[in-house]
Amino acid sequence: MSDKRKKLQVSALKNGTVLDHIPSEHTFHVIKILGLENSKNPIYIGNHLESNKLGRKGIIKISDKYFAKDEINKISLVAPKATLIEIKDYEVISKTQVEIPEHIEKIVKCFNPKCVTNNQNVETKFTVITDHHGRMKLKCHYCEKTMAKENIEFL
Amino acid sequence: MINLKNRSLISITDYSKEEILKVLDIAKDFEADPRQRILTGHVIASLFFEPSTRTRLSFESAVQYMGGSIIGFASADTSSQRKGESLKDTILTVSNYSDLIIMRNPMDGSARFASEVAKVPIINAGDGANQHPTQCLLDLYSIQKTQGTLDNLHIALVGDLKYGRTVHSLVQALSMFNTTFHLVSPESLKLPSAVKIYIKNAGLEYYQYTELSDVIPKADIIYMTRVQQERFPDPLEYEKVKNAYILENSMLDGSKENLRILHPLPRVNEISEDVDDNPKAYYFQQARNGVYVRQALIAAILGLKE
Ligand SMILES: [Zn+2]
Repeated sequence: MSDKRKKLQVSALKNGTVLDHIPSEHTFHVIKILGLENSKNPIYIGNHLESNKLGRKGIIKISDKYFAKDEINKISLVAPKATLIEIKDYEVISKTQVEIPEHIEKIVKCFNPKCVTNNQNVETKFTVITDHHGRMKLKCHYCEKTMAKENIEFL
Repeated sequence: MINLKNRSLISITDYSKEEILKVLDIAKDFEADPRQRILTGHVIASLFFEPSTRTRLSFESAVQYMGGSIIGFASADTSSQRKGESLKDTILTVSNYSDLIIMRNPMDGSARFASEVAKVPIINAGDGANQHPTQCLLDLYSIQKTQGTLDNLHIALVGDLKYGRTVHSLVQALSMFNTTFHLVSPESLKLPSAVKIYIKNAGLEYYQYTELSDVIPKADIIYMTRVQQERFPDPLEYEKVKNAYILENSMLDGSKENLRILHPLPRVNEISEDVDDNPKAYYFQQARNGVYVRQALIAAILGLKE
């Protein structure tokens, strides 16, 4: 792909946010996590695009929308290498990597069937921790059980 | 300045080392004189959504020694839960009628949730398989009382270290006191790594064993636990390990003079009855300490003792 076309692909947006380098299998999770299903803003979704880093990637462009850091960092659960590009007047004004947040609220289900969040009307809340092997885990604020990434299920 | 007034106790790690020591200190005062009628005119709610006679009687005894009144229920059968009322609604309602709520509930995390909706402080008397912090406080009180200190002890934890929540809370708490841990369990019931991390983060040592006899000469405290059948998905697995760790009196030859045997009770057969008369057996006095510790906690949370 020529530089010119590559540039076009990203900057076709006048104002808004581009999320790049999303693993293809999680593109629609990202949409869900950010609540974009209900958004009235124009959204462009590309999936299974070629990527040097990921093999196949997803890319999401949202017009006229910028995200707070806390909000965007939620997607690091499924897209830890995602890039956040902010555009104003067709110009890239910032390009940053998502970061793993300290807390995750509402979007993930606790894997413990006996947890109060699975038996009463209680919104879930997790602390993000790293185990001694350096693996990211979620500790439930209520039942205090720790779940590995493989057990993460989105609400 | 340590102030426990209006602070719920859900998980033992909610309290700092100093706050734990404060409660134990107040408990000594209640042991010297349990009949301090400082709770006159107070109403304490005791909400047991599942039966636990021992824990409930210990709490109710603590309240009544201090002259307080108790309202509540002893099992979910008599509660409005049966009519499908949400936990939130029950807690909000009972908040209107009481100064403090003692709650036992089979759902993991229910106590934390209750403390977030209640208008009065909550004491967690057991939330499913998660936490039972007053058991932990009474264990700490018993260790401190029999050893004269909580610091630098060799503590052996024996039995079901995987599912036993009392063991998990105790490890979390003792990690604040420079403990050396001796962990004795069958291979399938080892302490989970999510709990071991507390030991590691405190920079402490732990040793793992499969033979009970190996730790007896080293220990200041041997904390025996019951292997509970309901924690096993497979009954065969339970049959295989249930008799693995039985302490008998003859095994205590060569143990330290200051050694004391603890057990959260009820025991099934993990401590042979011939140990009961050994002066190193401490499990029945241990249960008595639960009343003083619960008196201390209730008094501190209501701001009646500092
Ligand atoms: Zn949970």
